[in-house]
Amino acid sequence: MWVYQKMLQYPARVRSTNPRLAKVVITQYGGPDGELAASLRYLTQRYTMPIPEAKAALTDIGTEELAHMEIIATLVYNLIRDASIADIKRAGMDGYYADHDKALYFVNAEGAPWVASYIQSKGDPITDIHENMAAEQKARSTYEYLIQLSDDPDVTDTLRFLWQREIVHFQRFGEILNLLHDYYGRQHVFDMKGWDPKGGQ
Amino acid sequence: MNAQQKEMLLRIMELQFAATELNLYLDTHPDDMRALQEFRMRSQELMSAKMEYERVYGPLLNYGLGMTGRTWQWIEDPWPWEVNWRRS
Ligand SMILES: [Fe+2]
Repeated sequence: MWVYQKMLQYPARVRSTNPRLAKVVITQYGGPDGELAASLRYLTQRYTMPIPEAKAALTDIGTEELAHMEIIATLVYNLIRDASIADIKRAGMDGYYADHDKALYFVNAEGAPWVASYIQSKGDPITDIHENMAAEQKARSTYEYLIQLSDDPDVTDTLRFLWQREIVHFQRFGEILNLLHDYYGRQHVFDMKGWDPKGGQ
Repeated sequence: MNAQQKEMLLRIMELQFAATELNLYLDTHPDDMRALQEFRMRSQELMSAKMEYERVYGPLLNYGLGMTGRTWQWIEDPWPWEVNWRRS
């Protein structure tokens, strides 16, 4: 089960109302490489992991991603909370406003809603961990683009924290991949578990 | 949220981060005794900092895992997204 802690993982500071920045930062809420996708990907893959380290790491990183989702929500909420209709129109956020007012919704920077096909859960642990390492790199790149786009130094500070976390997660998944290779005996570099190259299952 | 409450909460968030980071590291390095020792220290510090905070400002954790006083402080504002985290 999960328990809520009434605090953020990182103090998500916002300097001033900025719906234009909110419009791009929201992609880390509901976009293809965002925190919702990350969290759900890891938490759903953990059931079929064969080794204790992998079950623990997926549970714990998946949980940390939920905390990151809350940080992004806090940034977006505070960037648009005091925006006027004129501000929202000027920022090109009027389409979002028509559907959601200032509520939080899972969309990418262009307004497309989150879909489960952003993530995969393949059942093959080696495949899944490769997917996760790629996901962490994609999230890292996204944070770099957002940092380039940010004109709020306080928001940039939080984006930099989240950027660092993607690097740490990538590192942990790399270690999990090595542990899985050990577990499968290293006889096949690419996963061939349960498959005999000389024929038959 | 007054300055003193915010300061205590920021200290807890720092300790929570240190514990989280060590936790992830230990998931893939369970035999690293130095990291385990460090984790146990941070975890102790974190738990006592939380207890000190909760005694005054109410529970940080729900479902009976936080410290509850004579009133139901859990519902009290501000929630984490409502706090002005900017340094004053
Ligand atoms: Fe991550």
